[in-house]
Amino acid sequence: MSGMSKIVKTMSSLTFPLVVIFGLYVIAHGHLTPGGGFQGGAVVASACVMLLIAHGSVWTMKKVKEKQLSIFESLGAIAFIGLGFFGLVFGSTFFLNFMANTTKFFGIFGTEVAYQSTAANINTAGVLPLMNFAVGLKVIAGLFAIVLVMAYATYKSKEGDIE
Amino acid sequence: MMNKRNMVAVVFFAVIAVCFIVTAIAIHDFGKPDVTNMDDYIINNCQKETGANNAVTSVVFDYRGFDTLGEATVLFAAVAGVILLFRRLKK
Repeated sequence: MSGMSKIVKTMSSLTFPLVVIFGLYVIAHGHLTPGGGFQGGAVVASACVMLLIAHGSVWTMKKVKEKQLSIFESLGAIAFIGLGFFGLVFGSTFFLNFMANTTKFFGIFGTEVAYQSTAANINTAGVLPLMNFAVGLKVIAGLFAIVLVMAYATYKSKEGDIE
Repeated sequence: MMNKRNMVAVVFFAVIAVCFIVTAIAIHDFGKPDVTNMDDYIINNCQKETGANNAVTSVVFDYRGFDTLGEATVLFAAVAGVILLFRRLKK
Protein backbone atom coordinates (compact mmCIF):
# COMPACT_ATOMS: atom_id res chain seq x y z
CA MET A 1 0.00 0.00 0.00
CA SER A 2 1.36 3.40 -0.93
CA GLY A 3 -1.00 5.60 1.04
CA MET A 4 -4.23 7.46 0.36
CA SER A 5 -5.02 11.06 -0.55
CA LYS A 6 -3.77 14.13 1.29
CA ILE A 7 -7.19 14.70 2.93
CA VAL A 8 -7.18 11.24 4.51
CA LYS A 9 -3.58 11.62 5.64
CA THR A 10 -4.27 14.98 7.30
CA MET A 11 -7.45 13.90 9.03
CA SER A 12 -5.96 10.65 10.32
CA SER A 13 -2.93 12.53 11.65
CA LEU A 14 -5.27 14.97 13.42
CA THR A 15 -7.43 12.29 15.05
CA PHE A 16 -4.55 9.96 15.92
CA PRO A 17 -3.56 11.70 19.20
CA LEU A 18 -7.18 11.88 20.38
CA VAL A 19 -7.70 8.15 19.87
CA VAL A 20 -4.39 7.35 21.57
CA ILE A 21 -5.31 9.51 24.58
CA PHE A 22 -8.68 7.75 24.88
CA GLY A 23 -7.02 4.34 24.70
CA LEU A 24 -4.45 5.26 27.35
CA TYR A 25 -7.30 6.55 29.55
CA VAL A 26 -9.10 3.21 29.21
CA ILE A 27 -5.90 1.39 30.20
CA ALA A 28 -5.05 3.69 33.12
CA HIS A 29 -8.58 3.62 34.58
CA GLY A 30 -8.97 -0.13 34.08
CA HIS A 31 -9.53 -0.76 37.80
CA LEU A 32 -12.18 1.99 38.11
CA THR A 33 -14.26 2.08 34.92
CA PRO A 34 -15.22 -0.52 32.31
CA GLY A 35 -12.28 -1.49 30.19
CA GLY A 36 -8.76 -2.51 30.96
CA GLY A 37 -5.53 -3.55 29.37
CA PHE A 38 -6.94 -5.61 26.52
CA GLN A 39 -9.64 -3.13 25.51
CA GLY A 40 -7.51 0.02 25.75
CA GLY A 41 -4.66 -1.72 23.96
CA ALA A 42 -7.01 -2.61 21.12
CA VAL A 43 -8.09 1.07 20.89
CA VAL A 44 -4.49 2.34 20.68
CA ALA A 45 -3.54 -0.40 18.22
CA SER A 46 -6.46 0.58 15.97
CA ALA A 47 -5.25 4.19 16.04
CA CYS A 48 -1.86 2.97 14.82
CA VAL A 49 -3.57 0.85 12.15
CA MET A 50 -5.49 3.95 11.03
CA LEU A 51 -2.19 5.73 10.40
CA LEU A 52 -0.87 2.63 8.64
CA ILE A 53 -3.86 2.53 6.26
CA ALA A 54 -3.72 6.28 5.57
CA HIS A 55 0.03 6.54 4.95
CA GLY A 56 0.82 3.10 3.56
CA SER A 57 2.88 0.23 4.85
CA VAL A 58 6.16 1.40 3.28
CA TRP A 59 6.04 4.75 5.13
CA THR A 60 5.12 2.95 8.38
CA MET A 61 7.83 0.34 7.95
CA LYS A 62 10.41 3.16 7.71
CA LYS A 63 9.22 4.54 11.08
CA VAL A 64 8.86 1.32 13.06
CA LYS A 65 10.07 -2.22 12.46
CA GLU A 66 8.27 -5.36 13.56
CA LYS A 67 11.34 -6.39 15.57
CA GLN A 68 11.00 -3.33 17.82
CA LEU A 69 7.30 -4.09 18.26
CA SER A 70 7.98 -7.69 19.23
CA ILE A 71 10.57 -6.46 21.77
CA PHE A 72 7.87 -4.28 23.36
CA GLU A 73 5.41 -7.17 23.33
CA SER A 74 7.90 -9.44 25.07
CA LEU A 75 8.59 -6.69 27.63
CA GLY A 76 4.87 -6.55 28.42
CA ALA A 77 4.68 -10.32 28.80
CA ILE A 78 7.75 -10.38 31.07
CA ALA A 79 6.32 -7.57 33.21
CA PHE A 80 3.00 -9.42 33.56
CA ILE A 81 4.55 -12.74 34.56
CA GLY A 82 7.09 -10.92 36.76
CA LEU A 83 4.28 -9.23 38.69
CA GLY A 84 2.74 -12.67 39.18
CA PHE A 85 6.02 -14.03 40.54
CA PHE A 86 6.45 -10.99 42.83
CA GLY A 87 3.28 -12.20 44.53
CA LEU A 88 5.23 -15.38 45.31
CA VAL A 89 8.21 -13.36 46.59
CA PHE A 90 6.38 -10.82 48.79
CA GLY A 91 3.46 -13.04 49.78
CA SER A 92 2.36 -16.60 49.58
CA THR A 93 0.84 -17.41 46.19
CA PHE A 94 1.32 -16.84 42.47
CA PHE A 95 -0.64 -13.76 41.25
CA LEU A 96 -1.19 -12.53 44.81
CA ASN A 97 -2.25 -8.87 44.95
CA PHE A 98 0.56 -7.93 47.33
CA MET A 99 0.32 -4.15 46.92
CA ALA A 100 -3.37 -3.71 47.77
CA ASN A 101 -4.46 -2.16 51.08
CA THR A 102 -0.96 -1.69 52.41
CA THR A 103 1.52 1.14 52.93
CA LYS A 104 4.55 -1.13 52.61
CA PHE A 105 5.34 -0.12 49.02
CA PHE A 106 5.33 3.67 49.73
CA GLY A 107 1.52 3.54 49.50
CA ILE A 108 1.61 3.27 45.70
CA PHE A 109 -1.82 1.97 44.60
CA GLY A 110 -2.37 0.98 48.23
CA THR A 111 -5.31 3.08 49.41
CA GLU A 112 -8.03 1.03 51.07
CA VAL A 113 -11.52 0.95 49.59
CA ALA A 114 -14.66 0.39 51.66
CA TYR A 115 -17.56 -1.84 50.60
CA GLN A 116 -19.88 0.79 49.14
CA SER A 117 -20.23 2.86 45.99
CA THR A 118 -17.18 5.03 46.56
CA ALA A 119 -15.77 7.85 44.49
CA ALA A 120 -13.15 6.64 42.06
CA ASN A 121 -9.64 6.95 43.45
CA ILE A 122 -6.92 6.04 41.00
CA ASN A 123 -4.39 5.29 43.76
CA THR A 124 -6.02 1.96 44.66
CA ALA A 125 -6.10 -1.71 43.66
CA GLY A 126 -2.48 -2.74 44.17
CA VAL A 127 -0.92 -4.55 41.23
CA LEU A 128 -4.03 -4.39 39.03
CA PRO A 129 -3.09 -1.05 37.34
CA LEU A 130 0.45 -2.29 36.76
CA MET A 131 -0.86 -5.51 35.22
CA ASN A 132 -3.23 -3.42 33.09
CA PHE A 133 -0.28 -1.40 31.79
CA ALA A 134 1.74 -4.55 31.08
CA VAL A 135 -1.12 -6.22 29.19
CA GLY A 136 -1.89 -2.94 27.40
CA LEU A 137 1.69 -2.63 26.14
CA LYS A 138 1.55 -6.26 25.02
CA VAL A 139 -1.73 -5.83 23.13
CA ILE A 140 -0.69 -2.54 21.47
CA ALA A 141 2.58 -3.96 20.18
CA GLY A 142 1.14 -7.38 19.30
CA LEU A 143 -1.90 -6.27 17.30
CA PHE A 144 0.01 -3.53 15.48
CA ALA A 145 2.83 -5.97 14.63
CA ILE A 146 0.33 -8.44 13.14
CA VAL A 147 -1.34 -5.82 10.90
CA LEU A 148 1.96 -4.18 9.91
CA VAL A 149 3.62 -7.43 8.89
CA MET A 150 0.58 -8.58 6.89
CA ALA A 151 0.20 -5.22 5.10
CA TYR A 152 3.88 -5.15 4.18
CA ALA A 153 3.72 -8.73 2.91
CA THR A 154 0.74 -7.79 0.68
CA TYR A 155 2.72 -4.86 -0.77
CA LYS A 156 5.74 -7.05 -1.42
CA SER A 157 3.75 -9.78 -3.13
CA LYS A 158 1.99 -7.18 -5.32
CA GLU A 159 5.37 -5.79 -6.38
CA GLY A 160 6.29 -9.23 -7.58
CA ASP A 161 9.52 -9.73 -5.64
CA ILE A 162 8.61 -12.12 -2.88
CA GLU A 163 11.82 -12.51 -0.98
CA MET B 1 -33.57 -48.24 -0.22
CA MET B 2 -31.15 -47.60 2.62
CA ASN B 3 -28.08 -49.68 2.95
CA LYS B 4 -26.64 -50.95 6.20
CA ARG B 5 -24.22 -48.05 6.62
CA ASN B 6 -26.97 -45.42 6.42
CA MET B 7 -29.14 -47.39 8.87
CA VAL B 8 -26.32 -47.37 11.41
CA ALA B 9 -25.86 -43.64 10.93
CA VAL B 10 -29.58 -42.91 11.40
CA VAL B 11 -29.73 -44.98 14.61
CA PHE B 12 -26.57 -43.32 15.92
CA PHE B 13 -27.86 -39.80 15.30
CA ALA B 14 -31.27 -40.69 16.78
CA VAL B 15 -29.59 -41.86 20.01
CA ILE B 16 -27.47 -38.69 20.14
CA ALA B 17 -30.54 -36.51 19.53
CA VAL B 18 -32.51 -38.24 22.29
CA CYS B 19 -29.59 -37.70 24.67
CA PHE B 20 -29.47 -33.97 23.87
CA ILE B 21 -33.26 -33.52 24.13
CA VAL B 22 -33.46 -35.32 27.48
CA THR B 23 -30.61 -33.18 28.80
CA ALA B 24 -32.28 -29.99 27.54
CA ILE B 25 -35.56 -30.92 29.29
CA ALA B 26 -33.87 -31.91 32.53
CA ILE B 27 -31.66 -28.82 32.78
CA HIS B 28 -32.53 -26.14 35.33
CA ASP B 29 -34.38 -23.01 34.20
CA PHE B 30 -32.62 -20.14 32.55
CA GLY B 31 -31.22 -17.76 35.16
CA LYS B 32 -31.60 -20.25 38.00
CA PRO B 33 -30.16 -20.66 40.58
CA ASP B 34 -30.37 -16.96 41.37
CA VAL B 35 -27.19 -16.61 43.38
CA THR B 36 -24.30 -18.89 44.09
CA ASN B 37 -21.72 -18.71 46.83
CA MET B 38 -19.02 -17.52 44.44
CA ASP B 39 -21.07 -14.57 43.13
CA ASP B 40 -21.88 -13.42 46.65
CA TYR B 41 -18.28 -13.78 47.77
CA ILE B 42 -16.87 -11.74 44.88
CA ILE B 43 -19.55 -9.02 45.09
CA ASN B 44 -19.16 -8.64 48.85
CA ASN B 45 -15.38 -8.87 49.10
CA CYS B 46 -13.79 -7.65 45.85
CA GLN B 47 -13.61 -4.00 46.93
CA LYS B 48 -12.17 -4.79 50.32
CA GLU B 49 -9.71 -7.44 49.16
CA THR B 50 -8.36 -6.02 45.90
CA GLY B 51 -9.16 -2.33 46.34
CA ALA B 52 -10.58 -2.12 42.80
CA ASN B 53 -13.92 -0.43 42.24
CA ASN B 54 -14.33 -2.37 38.99
CA ALA B 55 -15.35 -5.89 39.98
CA VAL B 56 -14.68 -7.28 36.50
CA THR B 57 -11.05 -6.18 36.57
CA SER B 58 -10.65 -7.59 40.06
CA VAL B 59 -11.87 -10.96 38.77
CA VAL B 60 -9.85 -10.89 35.56
CA PHE B 61 -6.51 -9.85 37.06
CA ASP B 62 -6.78 -11.06 40.65
CA TYR B 63 -9.18 -13.93 41.30
CA ARG B 64 -8.68 -15.39 37.81
CA GLY B 65 -5.19 -14.09 37.07
CA PHE B 66 -4.08 -17.47 35.80
CA ASP B 67 -6.74 -17.34 33.07
CA THR B 68 -5.44 -13.94 31.93
CA LEU B 69 -1.94 -15.41 31.78
CA GLY B 70 -3.33 -18.00 29.35
CA GLU B 71 -4.95 -15.29 27.24
CA ALA B 72 -1.69 -13.37 27.09
CA THR B 73 0.08 -16.57 26.04
CA VAL B 74 -2.44 -17.09 23.23
CA LEU B 75 -1.84 -13.52 21.99
CA PHE B 76 1.92 -14.04 22.14
CA ALA B 77 1.66 -17.29 20.18
CA ALA B 78 -0.54 -15.60 17.54
CA VAL B 79 1.91 -12.72 17.05
CA ALA B 80 4.89 -15.08 16.94
CA GLY B 81 3.12 -17.25 14.35
CA VAL B 82 2.16 -14.35 12.09
CA ILE B 83 5.63 -12.78 12.21
CA LEU B 84 7.19 -16.19 11.51
CA LEU B 85 4.85 -16.73 8.54
CA PHE B 86 5.37 -13.30 6.95
CA ARG B 87 9.05 -12.80 7.72
CA ARG B 88 11.43 -11.58 5.06
CA LEU B 89 13.95 -14.20 4.12
CA LYS B 90 17.52 -13.24 3.31
CA LYS B 91 18.64 -14.02 -0.18
